[in-house]
Amino acid sequence: MAATVEAPTTPSVAPLPQVVAHRIDPAPTGWTSWVTTTDHKRIGIMYLVLTFGFFILGGIEALLIRLQLAVPNNDLLTPQTYNALFTMHGTTMIFLFVVPVMAGFGNYFVPLMIGARDMAFPKLNALSFWLLAAGGIVFYVSLFFSPPECGWTCYAPLNETAYLPSGGVDAWIFLIHLTGLSSLVGAINFYVTIANMRAPGMGWGRLPLFVWTILTYAVLLILALPVIAGAVTLLLTDRHFGTHFFDATNGGSPLLWQHLFWFFGHPEVYIMVLPGFGIISEVLPVFARKPIFGYKAIAAATVVIAFLGLLVWAHHMFTTPSPSLVLIFFMMSSFLIAVPTGVKIFNWIATLWRGTIEYTTSLLFAVGFIGTFLIGGITGIFVAVFPVDWQLHDTYFIVAHFHYVLMGGAVFAIFSGLYYWFPKMSGRMLGEGLGKTSFWLMLIGFHTTFLVQHSAGMEGMPRRIYEYSDIKDLAVLNMISTIGAFILGLGILVSAINVLISLKKGPIAGPDPWKANTLEWFTTSPPPINNFDSVPRIRSVEPMKDIRRQVLAQTGGTEASPAPTSVEAGRLSAHGGGEH
Amino acid sequence: MASRMSRRLLLTLLVVVAGALLLAPIASADLFSPESGGSKNADDIDWLYKATFAIALIVFIGVEGVLIYSVVKFKARKGAVAAQIRGNTRLEIGWTVGAAVVLVVLATLTFVKLDSIRNPPDSSPDGLQLADTSRRLPPNGKALNICVNGQQYIWRYTYAADCKGGKNLGAPFSYEEMVVPVNTTVTLDIEAQDVAHSWWIPKLGGKFDAIPGYTNHTWFKVPGKFATKPGGTVFFGQCAELCGRNHANMTARVRAVSVTEYQAWLERRKADIKAAEQAAAQQRKQLEGSTANSNPAGPAAPGQNPARPTDASSTQNP
Repeated sequence: MAATVEAPTTPSVAPLPQVVAHRIDPAPTGWTSWVTTTDHKRIGIMYLVLTFGFFILGGIEALLIRLQLAVPNNDLLTPQTYNALFTMHGTTMIFLFVVPVMAGFGNYFVPLMIGARDMAFPKLNALSFWLLAAGGIVFYVSLFFSPPECGWTCYAPLNETAYLPSGGVDAWIFLIHLTGLSSLVGAINFYVTIANMRAPGMGWGRLPLFVWTILTYAVLLILALPVIAGAVTLLLTDRHFGTHFFDATNGGSPLLWQHLFWFFGHPEVYIMVLPGFGIISEVLPVFARKPIFGYKAIAAATVVIAFLGLLVWAHHMFTTPSPSLVLIFFMMSSFLIAVPTGVKIFNWIATLWRGTIEYTTSLLFAVGFIGTFLIGGITGIFVAVFPVDWQLHDTYFIVAHFHYVLMGGAVFAIFSGLYYWFPKMSGRMLGEGLGKTSFWLMLIGFHTTFLVQHSAGMEGMPRRIYEYSDIKDLAVLNMISTIGAFILGLGILVSAINVLISLKKGPIAGPDPWKANTLEWFTTSPPPINNFDSVPRIRSVEPMKDIRRQVLAQTGGTEASPAPTSVEAGRLSAHGGGEH
Repeated sequence: MASRMSRRLLLTLLVVVAGALLLAPIASADLFSPESGGSKNADDIDWLYKATFAIALIVFIGVEGVLIYSVVKFKARKGAVAAQIRGNTRLEIGWTVGAAVVLVVLATLTFVKLDSIRNPPDSSPDGLQLADTSRRLPPNGKALNICVNGQQYIWRYTYAADCKGGKNLGAPFSYEEMVVPVNTTVTLDIEAQDVAHSWWIPKLGGKFDAIPGYTNHTWFKVPGKFATKPGGTVFFGQCAELCGRNHANMTARVRAVSVTEYQAWLERRKADIKAAEQAAAQQRKQLEGSTANSNPAGPAAPGQNPARPTDASSTQNP
């Protein structure tokens, strides 16, 4: 046990807030310490490393797809390989990257942001991670026999054994089950942690917005995942135990699959983008040096989006045989969800308005996110108008639309979060020069790749085709798109190199390099295993700002920020923490 | 350094936005909106798209403009102090209502056009003269119905009023290329035989999924001007729902011809199919004679072997 220095407990003078965190036991080392860990930070890092690994795999698959489509009538890949590639790309990016990477950030930062020492159920937390790893492995070993070829949506009846008899679809089913269980267990853990383990004084109105979005993410996962778990179980029994749930020739319904899939699949979109919204809501006020504009509106919009997100699933099914009334209902509900999303965008821009904006890489990614995601949101309105969707559905317009939403809305936010939180996780800063290079390459590469795909779709190019004829402008549009994809890939590579360099050689970050607003910066970087010895009573949505202000007031400006004391063992008096 | 950053940010975003707009004149007319021109529903969808695009463009330029302006204008400078604003209820209510109003306008436009997109009009007086059908789709109840059947990886068209229960046995049919008369309202009953497919000829309107166990419906009506060329006009499309490995090769064509040409084509098809069936029957008789009880093949139903011609009548592809 390290020595503990109690702050003076004079009732008239509030103690000086200090970073009070110290190691209790020598930190375990070696690979076994990672395999057996239940520490939320280590699990968070394992989540981030694993999911970024899958992100790279999914990216390589995307580049192969773009190579095949670079020129008309290309025969680089066989149709079988091509179908397997886009199935693996979509499945990887959704189930093995965007959803779990948010769990990675959530794992690391939710306890820190709410002033807790770990998640509520540390062992369940480790189980979540290992289930995810198992899901990824089960899916990727199908590379060695025959990967699934039915797209990430795996529509019935193509997914039945009559059409895809190989084990690839079964590997996909197990991936859904394993990653689903992982997310479900994780979601319950997040919910319980956030509901019960907040620092004293942190009411719902003082919860950091990132934590609000993780809470909503958790609730949506709990509501949506059982549906897809049920659907793939029905599929499994169809494939192996002689049932006919999705087989029309025996009285089943292929449309049932679509309904079940999208009842999960659309909330899944919000599961992927809402935590990204949370990251943006944390990053913008820090670098604009301004409080978030309309905290309550943003938190409320998060919840409203989640609720409406459960009522829009059939807008993925506008071209199926459905009555007009159904089409109209889902058009209107999809319109409705644009309102809270628009509110968020307006609030973010208002947060920047009249601030003093520091152009850090993290902020650039956040601004790039708003500008890019806006386009994805607007094209979302186009496809919500169902007669227009009859033309756009299942074409490259849709491919462009959802990449604007998921790449613009999730990946840019993830990179913003990476540049923002890397100093806390590693103790070292990422290179700003490489970071900005990476940002500009990614932004330009992204728009070059996907903007032209809107036109390709409207000129009649459906998605999921392994070759196309040299008609209209398809050749030039696809070539532009392929070039853009490689610029985008280069941008991601620069960030990966940046991370590898900074892990060893980055400048030491210190506890609070950004002068940020939330509690994760009130501890050392990286934090010790118990995070905090104690946290002050929370009085606002920006506790770190309060702490800095208090330090400034009590030291008369000699100490601008709460630094660790020389012995790294100062302790904020738990019982003398000022007025209660 | 700092001002270079802001200039770069501004420039890149401007290039990205302007690049798209500058491409317009050099590219074909339909680069920025869905295909249209072959049927009124496609034209109406195109109109609806363009109306949405106009509203979206205003929103896009407004929001993106304010974003870029504030990022450039409020960059941290020496001595600048950030305004500590936490919100503005009036402003927030204002833009919530504003967003809702834009969507109400869009919904209204959709409802205005919906009827003419969803419901087919009557055939023109110089279109194919049809008897009444039980299908009351156009106001006068007369339409040329064609059964569209998606199968891995080809489209089959049966020229029959009823697609259910084998009543269309013996009706003329074709594969891949559908031949239709101009000025005539054509209704389609879209079905699938194996996996899900999606019927889509961009110039003739939106796509409609062919799902096993369900029948989907759409219609089109090709204007008379398309039949003036000899051989008519061919509209291209392809399957739009992943249906397996050769999904990319499941193409479809609709050839619009004059009414007389259509009738002649139909008669020729009937004769061809009859001849093919007779030839097949004869062959079968010979085979049955030589190897009794060893051939399990039933009578040649339409859709079986003789019915997969390479379609000699469709050679006028541009």
